[in-house]
Formats: sequence, structure tokens, C-alpha cells
Amino acid sequence: MISLNVNGKTFRVDVPPDVPLLWVLRDHLKLTGTKYACGIGECGACTVHINSKAQRSCVVPVGEVKGKKITTIEGLSNNHPVKRAWIEEQVPQCGFCQPGVMMQVAALLSQSRTPDPDKIISSMDDIICRCGTYPRIKKGIRKAVQLMRREVKKS
Amino acid sequence: MNPTISRRSFLKVTGLTIAVSVTPFGYTLLNAAEKKDFKPNVWLHITSDNKVTIYIGNSEMGQGALTAKSMIIADELEADWKQVQIRQGGAKDAYKNPVMGAQITVASASVRGFYEPLRKAGAAGKAMLVKAAAETWNVPENECKAVLGTVKHEKTKRSLTYGQLCEKASKLEVPQNPPLKKEEEFRYMGKPMPRVDVPEKVRAKAVYGLDVNDGNVKELKGMLYAVIARPPAYGAKPQSFDQKAAEKVRGVVKVLQIPQGIAVCATSTQAALDGKNALKVQWDKGTLPDMDNAYIEKLMMADLDKPGAKAHEVGDAKKAINEAAKKVEATYFVPCVAHTTMEPMNTTAYVQADRCDVWSPTQNQTLTLGMAAGITKLPPEKIHIHTTFLGCGLGRRAMPDFVPEAVIIATAIEKPVKVMWTREDDIRHDRFRAPMTHRIQGGLDAQGQLIGWSHKVSAVSIMKYVNPKAIKDGIDPYILWGIWNGPDSPHWNDSIQYEIPNLYIELLLADLPILCWPWRAVQNGPNAYANECFMDELAHAAGKDPLEFRLQNLKNNKRATRVLQTVAEKAGWGKPIPKGQGRGIAQHACFGTWIAQVVDLSVDEKTGKIKVHKVVAAVDCGPVINPGPLVEQIEGGNILALSTALKEEVKFANGGVATSNFDNYPVIRMSEVPEIEVHIVKSTDKIGGIGELGIPAVAPAVANAFFSATGVRIRRIPLTPKTVLEALKKS
Repeated sequence: MISLNVNGKTFRVDVPPDVPLLWVLRDHLKLTGTKYACGIGECGACTVHINSKAQRSCVVPVGEVKGKKITTIEGLSNNHPVKRAWIEEQVPQCGFCQPGVMMQVAALLSQSRTPDPDKIISSMDDIICRCGTYPRIKKGIRKAVQLMRREVKKS
Repeated sequence: MNPTISRRSFLKVTGLTIAVSVTPFGYTLLNAAEKKDFKPNVWLHITSDNKVTIYIGNSEMGQGALTAKSMIIADELEADWKQVQIRQGGAKDAYKNPVMGAQITVASASVRGFYEPLRKAGAAGKAMLVKAAAETWNVPENECKAVLGTVKHEKTKRSLTYGQLCEKASKLEVPQNPPLKKEEEFRYMGKPMPRVDVPEKVRAKAVYGLDVNDGNVKELKGMLYAVIARPPAYGAKPQSFDQKAAEKVRGVVKVLQIPQGIAVCATSTQAALDGKNALKVQWDKGTLPDMDNAYIEKLMMADLDKPGAKAHEVGDAKKAINEAAKKVEATYFVPCVAHTTMEPMNTTAYVQADRCDVWSPTQNQTLTLGMAAGITKLPPEKIHIHTTFLGCGLGRRAMPDFVPEAVIIATAIEKPVKVMWTREDDIRHDRFRAPMTHRIQGGLDAQGQLIGWSHKVSAVSIMKYVNPKAIKDGIDPYILWGIWNGPDSPHWNDSIQYEIPNLYIELLLADLPILCWPWRAVQNGPNAYANECFMDELAHAAGKDPLEFRLQNLKNNKRATRVLQTVAEKAGWGKPIPKGQGRGIAQHACFGTWIAQVVDLSVDEKTGKIKVHKVVAAVDCGPVINPGPLVEQIEGGNILALSTALKEEVKFANGGVATSNFDNYPVIRMSEVPEIEVHIVKSTDKIGGIGELGIPAVAPAVANAFFSATGVRIRRIPLTPKTVLEALKKS
């Protein structure tokens, strides 16, 4: 049995330690917001936060995340600036890659509140969106930055 | 989004229900409450709780069909958008698109196919509600006015909501030709409306095919996960496999051989994958073990030296070209590209004695239902197709070859099962955009006017393995969309737009086992590439500006002229560009819409790398329903098209597909995406499609811009650094 901390809850799953975290999230915990699209860490659709860092869950063996704090798209609050920005800017088209994209952006903005364009591109170039929402993702990031600034001012 | 709701449970609710019955001869508006047996197409249902529910039979893959179609109904109904709820319809004959003759979401036809019936369905509802109010108050109908879900009688300051009126209205006859709004009265159409599918996608509530499981669908309790070991080469058959080794893997429940390969069913995806690896299948060599990229290109180039089947002829192209003041000839090659939708193919099926349920991200409900019925032998009414959200479509899911295997396995194991294609399966067993070679000869008169065009195409057939009957006298019509399409075709403008007095088009179908299928815009992509690169070569030969030369040969084509002029103005065509940069232009028409594009780029002559700086589009699709998604579709299409122009090419080896995943199939990413500007040309002409229009004119505009930057013509895509360096070296 492996004990996992996902979205603030503890789960115990009976799987071999080499199973990718992605399949444990999707098949065992039914957290299907985290997507499978390549299985080799090339596209970013499966991105989750492990101890606040964006990681590709398709290439992380579940045995390696014991005791670590895992956040999936379901665990990112609906009030999170990134989610709000994504709705305001109408970022998704098919939307399949977007949970991974949003997790990547949320991690980026938690490190740097005002990332410069180069930082944004270097951080986002590992993701693939086949619908071609890249310009909207950029807009979404700008909007999320604004929303976060407003929140900081308020508090 | 709620999956399907059965008609019976639905009709228990009283209220006004308007349905549209579509036949090949037109459509009729029906009051569903009155008719016992009818085949509704679009359901508009108004209930006493003052809700307006709209059922849409299209697949939603990000193109915004659910929103746009609902906007049309809600506008003519004069409903308050806040009272509107939108539901995905099931698979029924009734949802067949009048343009396509099937319930299928393709050919940019969701809106253009339903525009008039949807408007009339909404308007009929409004007329009935107004009449019901007038009768209630005993006042003339023309004194009553519908405003945002309420009918008002100004004189007496009375009003009733649609919810209050719906039952009375439901007893009235449905007007077949209700008055439609004038454009200035539109409340939603033409204004940007947020897409209804966006919030649930952002909040991770949207269920895609791959997400279907016993957590979100109760009936799937005890479901299994399956993967299939599939042949590595076209036509390869398994010679041996280690069933016992696979069965020993923890979690593997069943191994079975099916026509598609060896299926491994397990209690989790990973167990199924481990089981598949343990199979160690030995395959034979397949039908054409020598096939690789060089083989394909050589065969298709050699085909161009053979006579083809005549598709279309006007005047005498051969004579005109022979007698022309100037002759130009060029040969182009466009390789296979893969769909690689982010969600790989998958389907979940549960087959019981008296019913079959299929959960699938399908673009083609008609065929999905037919396939399930064929396997289970159950009558269509016992087959329930649950269309999930689609993780991108790009045409791939209009061929639901991922459905039968799930139904076959589910039947055999008597349990619900989800069959998932790995990314490797998804690419190696894709049905690619058909590879093409083009040889075009053109003739110019002494004034530089185009007088003759002779066009020979060799391509892998799309219909050959799907519906060979569609190939008549050697012509696979899908292959020629964008060069020539008969006047009776639903794709009535998918033909060369230029006014060419002598035109000859012929086609050869390459004898290759590669499976091909529509890929966003179908062959309009490769065909526009060839047409528009050749127009550039002709302009150059005529000594004319590429824009001017195009306009000169489109004198009577108002819509093509307008998009070209708009894009030229917006992109600053003719104005100086920075040194080292090139600028290219192209136009195309298909699916009832016209588009023109200008691309600015520069070429690093040391590395061969192309940097695209800016892409400008001008589009005329007639009336605009939802401008936001329209721009998104062109933007996204442009980005995908840049990917094919610069990067994408499927590799073949040993008679099969060598490309397997994104590590060896590079696609465009954020750092390579330029600024994109989309301009909508205001137009009251016939409504056209949008979903695929961002594709065709981009690759030729890139190629023409490359020529403008370097003076070198490369007559194939993708323009990878390697291809660019080789061409620059030769020049």
C-alpha cells in the first residue's frame, strides 16, 4: 500500500511503486482532470504540482511521491486567478490540454508574480496545444497576473 | 454537460416543444407535444419553470458549435440568454445535418447547415408565445411584443413570461414561415458571447471520452481497461504471442485476439499496458514491407508521368498553354501529416442482452451507431450513443474506427470496458491527411493574363478503404476539394477561384496501403498550397505583383477580391519590409467561406530556421454568429497550418509508420507562434463555415514569403531547417 497526499486528502492505494502517478490519479482516485496525452513527458497535459513544483505525472513513479504534497487541477481552487483568467479570456477550445496548462501557469506564477515574456515562453514551451490556443494562453497569463496583483492590493 | 436525455422522460415535462424534422427535401417545424412519432432535429423546449432548453446534436470539440447554434435559436426566440440551457443531444437520424446527410460534425457545416432551420425554429416559438399572450389578453397580436423571455402588452402594461405562456402556446399550430428578425434587431447573433463549454472545461468538470469511468458513470461499475497490441506494418498479421505471460501480469483479466490485434483487458490502464508488453507479439511483414518515405515520394512522383482520370475540363488547356506567350511548370509534394488530437482515440462500451451503450468522443454519431448495431445485431433504438466532449477533432474522429473494437471486446467479456489508444497507437494507426504530388502547367498571354491551367494530381485515396463506391471513374472527390468540386456538391465553392478560360484537371490514385482520412480542411490544405504557390510562380513569370496578378484573374469574384484587398491593406502589402524579411500572400475558398492570408517571415541562412513574424487573415463567411470563436478558429487553424508548413511530416519504415510520439513528431509550440491578426470582412452574402478555414491559405503564404525572402522556391513542405539548407545550398 502506498499512502498519497492529494489535494489535501490522504489516500491509500495498492499499486506497484513504479506505476506512473498519472494512472493512479486517473484510474484509482478517479481524478480525471489530469490528462494522458503522450506518456513520455513531452506535452504537459498531465501536469500536477508536487511540493508546489509543476511535474509531468506521466513520468513520475508513484513510489517517488510518498509523503509529498500533490495538487491536481481539481485541487486548484475555482477562485484561483488562473482559472478565473481562463474563463474571462475564453482560453480553452477543446480544453483537453488546459488542466495541464493551467497547472503549469499556476506554478510559474507562484514562483514569479510578474514573469517577463521570455520567462513565460521558456516555461510554457514544453506544453502542446493542438487547437492552437497559444495566443490565448499568453492573454490568460497576463489576465491572471492582473488578477493576482489586485488580490495582493486588496489584502 | 448532461449526457443524453431520453425523449420519453423529456416529454413528461409540459411546455412548448418545437422540433425540426429534416428530410433530403427540406425541413418542417413541428410541435413535438402534438406529434406522436416524429424525428426531431433540433429541440427547443420551453417549460413552465421559465427555462429554455436547446438540444444540439453536434459534437463539441472547441469550435463552439453548441454556443453558436443556441445563440441563433435564442435570438429569434427573443429569449433571455440567462434562461437558456444547452444540452448535448443523442445519436438519432433526426440530428442529421442537412448539408452532410448524416449526424456528423465535419466540413465546417454545424452552423451553415442549420442556420435557416434554427432561425425559423426560434422565430416560430416566439410567434406562438406572442399569439398565446394575445389570446390570453384578448388583444391584437400586433400590439404584443416579445422582449427577453417575456411577452408585453404596452397599452395595458401587462406581461407574461415564456414560462407562463408555454403551455397555452403548445396547443397552437406551428407557423412554417414565421417572420425573422432584421439584422439590426439581432440580440445575440454577431455579438461575442462566452462559450457555454468553457467554465466546465476550466473547472475540470468536463468529461472527455478518455475520462469516462465508474466514478462518473454509475452503470460502469466493474469496468475494465483495455489496450490493444496493433500491427506495426500495414496488413501485418500476428504469427505468435505469449498469452500466458500477459495473463500472469497482476491485474490482467482477459487476453483476446480480435480483428484489430491482441486486446488485453485489466483492472487498470497500467496493468493493461504491462500485459500488452508481456505479449511479445511476433508479426509478419505486412503488405508492402519496402515502403518508407523515399518509396512513397518516388512512386507518387512517377505517377505524374502517367495519364490520369479526367476530373474536369473547360476549353482546351493543352492548346492554350502550347500557344501561350509564357509557359510555367512546377511540381509540388505534400507529405502525410498526423492528426495527433491531444486526447488519443478511445471508446467505452457496455453490451448487455437488450441494450448497448457507447461512450465515445466521436464526430460521427451516425456511423458510430451503425458500427455498434452491426456488431451487436441489436436494433438501432437499443443502441445508446453518449457523445462525450472531444479532446480536439481535426476530422480524425469522423472515422470512428475506435468504436468497433470496444464493442467487440465488451460483447466478448460481458463487462463494461474502456479501450484506450496509446499515443503511439494514435499516431501509428492514424488515418493521415493524404499525401499528394501536383504537377501544374500554366500559360500566360502577352499581357500576362492567365489563359491556361493544366493540373495533374497524384494522391493516396481517402475513400478507397472506407467507401470505394464513392470513387467514380477513378475520381475520389475528396482529394480534389479545393481544386475542383462539382456544382451540386455541398462544398460548392471548394474550387479554384481564378477565372481560367482553359482548365484541365486530372487525378491518379497512388497504389499505397497508407490509410488516409480528412484532416482539418481535408485536401483544401495541400491543394491550396499547390494552387497558390503556382499563382506566385505565374505572377513572377508575368513580372507582376502577386496581389495584383491574383486580382487581375478574379475580376468577377467579389468575395475573393474583397478578402485579398482587406488582407493586403491590413498587412501593409506593398509597403517596405525590414531587410532580410519576406512577405507572401495567398487566398482560398472552401466550405462556403473565403479567406486570404499574408505571412511575414525571415530565414536564418546559417541554420535554415524560419522565423514567422506575423500572420494576417481576412475572412468573409457571410453573416457572423459568434465573432469570438470565429477569430479563435482562424487563429488556431493558422497555428496548426504553420505547424504543417514548417514541421510536420510522418515518417514511414518497413511498410509501417515509424513516427510514434511527440518526441519524433515535432509540432509547433508557443515560442514559434507569431502575432496573428484576424479581420472579419462584413458581409451579408450566404453563410459559410469557419472551423477549417484557418488552414488552407497559410502554407502557400509561408512558401511565397520564403521565396520573397530568399529568391528560392522550395516546392514541398514542411520547410524544415534541413530542407531549407539543402535548397539554399543548391541555389
